[in-house]
Amino acid sequence: MMAQTQLQTDQAPVLEIRNLIQTFGGLTAVNEFNVKLMPGELSGLIGPNGAGKTTIFNLVSGFYQPSEGQILIDGVPTAGLKPHRVTALGVARTFQNIRLWNDMTVLDNIRVAQHYQLGYGFFHALARSKRYQQREAEIAREAAELLEVFDLQRFAAELPKNLPYGTQRKLEIARALSSHPKLLLLDEPAAGLNSADIQELIRLIRWIHEKFDVTIWMIEHHMDVMMELCTQIKVIDFGQTIAEGNPETVRNHPAVITAYLGDDNI
Amino acid sequence: MLESIIQNIINALQWGSFYALIALGYTLVYGVLTLINFAHGDVFMVGAYIAFFVSTFFLSALALPGWVALALCIPLTMILTAMVGVTLERIAYRPLRKKGAHRLYVVITALMCGLILEHANLAILGASRKAFPPLIEVHVYNIGGVTFTNLKVAVIITAILVFLFLHWVVTKTRVGMAMRAISYDKFAVPLMGIPLDQIIVVTFVLGSGFAGLAGLLFAMSYPVLDPYMGALIGWKAFIAAVVGGIGDIRGAFLGGFLLGAVEIMVVAFFPSTFRDLIAFSVLLMILTWKPTGLFGIAKTTKI
Amino acid sequence: MLRRYSVHLALALTGGTIIYCAYQEYLSLYIMSILMFMGVNIILSTSLNLVNGYMGEFSCGHAGFMCVGAYVSSMLGVWLFAKDKVFGAAVLDPEYALYAFPLIILTGGVAAALAGVLVAVPSYKTRGDYLAIITIAANFIIISTIENIGAIGGSRGFMGMKRLVNSMEDVVELPWMPIWVFVFTIFSIWVIRRYVSSTFGKGVSAISQDEVAAEIMSVNTNKMKTITFMLSSGLAGIAGGLFAYILGYVNPGSFNIMKSTEVLVMVYLGGMGSLSGSVLSAILFTLLLESFRFIIPVINDFAHQFHLISPDYDISQVWRWVLIPLLLIILMQFRPEGIMGNRELGDIFPRLKRFYRFK
Repeated sequence: MMAQTQLQTDQAPVLEIRNLIQTFGGLTAVNEFNVKLMPGELSGLIGPNGAGKTTIFNLVSGFYQPSEGQILIDGVPTAGLKPHRVTALGVARTFQNIRLWNDMTVLDNIRVAQHYQLGYGFFHALARSKRYQQREAEIAREAAELLEVFDLQRFAAELPKNLPYGTQRKLEIARALSSHPKLLLLDEPAAGLNSADIQELIRLIRWIHEKFDVTIWMIEHHMDVMMELCTQIKVIDFGQTIAEGNPETVRNHPAVITAYLGDDNI
Repeated sequence: MLESIIQNIINALQWGSFYALIALGYTLVYGVLTLINFAHGDVFMVGAYIAFFVSTFFLSALALPGWVALALCIPLTMILTAMVGVTLERIAYRPLRKKGAHRLYVVITALMCGLILEHANLAILGASRKAFPPLIEVHVYNIGGVTFTNLKVAVIITAILVFLFLHWVVTKTRVGMAMRAISYDKFAVPLMGIPLDQIIVVTFVLGSGFAGLAGLLFAMSYPVLDPYMGALIGWKAFIAAVVGGIGDIRGAFLGGFLLGAVEIMVVAFFPSTFRDLIAFSVLLMILTWKPTGLFGIAKTTKI
Repeated sequence: MLRRYSVHLALALTGGTIIYCAYQEYLSLYIMSILMFMGVNIILSTSLNLVNGYMGEFSCGHAGFMCVGAYVSSMLGVWLFAKDKVFGAAVLDPEYALYAFPLIILTGGVAAALAGVLVAVPSYKTRGDYLAIITIAANFIIISTIENIGAIGGSRGFMGMKRLVNSMEDVVELPWMPIWVFVFTIFSIWVIRRYVSSTFGKGVSAISQDEVAAEIMSVNTNKMKTITFMLSSGLAGIAGGLFAYILGYVNPGSFNIMKSTEVLVMVYLGGMGSLSGSVLSAILFTLLLESFRFIIPVINDFAHQFHLISPDYDISQVWRWVLIPLLLIILMQFRPEGIMGNRELGDIFPRLKRFYRFK
């Protein structure tokens, strides 16, 4: 968990998407999307509203089944897998509108995210078997550690709904990390934050990226966040990839400017 | 063969009419408040009893001719039953809603209100069943081996008229527009200057009024009244409303007629004790196939 | 050390006292039966709270599962230990009755748990009020099925269970029914508490609070729903089995939607997602129901005394089902979240936490 991130080019990609197509009725939300994320990468996905960014995240996390194409996590195809199975493969995410379990304590929020790897079942829970006690102790310790490094331990017994908005965002990221992901999907983590919070968020994401051995893929509308953090950015519009490259290239790409500002030539 | 099919269709339509008329009360209230008004079946029962007292009064105390009594009985029953429904809303549901209680506490309150109506009736009027006085002369017609009565036809026509009326109210009038608006967003509606409470009262008036009408027609068709008559039929009508797609007027009617048809069909082929078993199983299968009912729109979860 | 085992001690004392009183016949049969129904109601309300409170579904057909448990354990018991015109002579010697009884009750629970799958599978796709309908329909279907099986008495009911209870008492002269009701009541609370307080069981609360987040954040929602529904209906089946053996007679009419309504009331009266609330409200509700047996004649005398009602009208027991709902409606107006809300006893009286962890 604490290992230093290393970029190893000869490794298999953490996430590989091949020719992904998603249609809703007659609408093509995602068209021929391809991406390869190498371990330790921190890259971004941007595009105007309704471009299909969150749809791609939903597809990766298994919430939708793709109409066509393949998604591979660490080389394992996710077709037909339920979201919790995808999480078990090492994908965790946050949501555009915070989705914490609001009537469970902060600590429990962190703990439940380990649900897929509890290592004990119903009857162990009833019998309070050795395995149960051992695992619960481990989970509790790990959750406490996680809260500690996120500086959330003083909220451990609070309910998330009583926390300030920025802290809720932070908690959601902590919950995602609690499931030991290889790939962390952040869906607009800066939405609704003020500029001071955003500066803190940038530090937080960079710190997570360094401290946890995790590949990060994020959607964000705040360009300064993306410019600061990402090494690679993909731009999509109407489900179509229109540009990709490092932040500088993307920023000056004519197609991107057209997509965001409209076409002057009409 | 053909006669028996037509005969069964007529029976199904008439039987389904009652379900449809009650189901619409469920669906209206649900559409506006997302409240399962479990007292509704008992409001129907109260409607039948109100019709009994009103018509007995007109027939014996005033000695009016049957058709005059019926003409007076229809609006009076509807108004009085509507008042019962609105009273429940005012004294039981609304205060709870204003306190911000969980939705299901209102549902439980509705269940309790239903129990009160049933047992208060039993306690006050006693366990003996009431025989409903004949208001109109029932003519039996026989066309090509298919028998039907003027009452049966009247029931079916009434149900269809009520459907058309309510469909018009919901889709074309300002009140209906407000009702639909509330079902989309209860919080934004008062901000738009729509009087929420009044619209809710109108909803209860419509729902309970037509339950009263159903009670009157039911009492005329099956002239024996007992305090528990509303319970089972109410549960079934609610299920019919859900199978149609609760919150949708068309769904309530279709669901009502569908349930009627299934039950008549079962009775035609099986012993009548199988009626509930098979009817509920069919409904369960429909819901498994279309979880939000025939007209219900699947809510998409947005993330 | 004493503090750690104080709850166990308190339970053992309570149980011991009740059973000793029953043994010495200090308590009348009437009071014993009320205590036993209290136990049955506690099992019913806590088990329904698992689905309606912790998982946030709205199941209205709990009595259906109770019915399955009642019939399966009754039939099994009669087949094994009693002479019956359908099942023939007793299969086992009556001296095994004592050992077989808990197994018979548990078998009823297992059967009811399997019936719970009937509701669990639709719940994968459906939530909320649509699922409520499915549970109501399931209740009707179960009742209706039994009514149509003539061999086990149909709507007339099924009996012969007293034989087994008597056999138990022949083996060892103890009040066995109160003992088993007590044991199974504690067992149910114990099972539910261990389930919901484990990280595993907290997945259930996660489903209730945000199902999408639960599924995406690694909770196998379908599996959790199946387990929860099966556990809930299984415990209801145990309650049903006990109910059948307490009465010595069952008929499908005792498990209709009215019974389900009673259980619903207990759950919401106690508070959604509060185990101690469910226990408290089951006790209160049982007492309330019985106390009206005595209150109504008093009201009647009072009304006649002061000529409030006509002399030839008596306020009968029918009024019970007018006054109790009325009382409950008023109660809910004052406490729209139930007696306990979603808190446990330990949240209200923090000193109790020294003796027992409630969550």
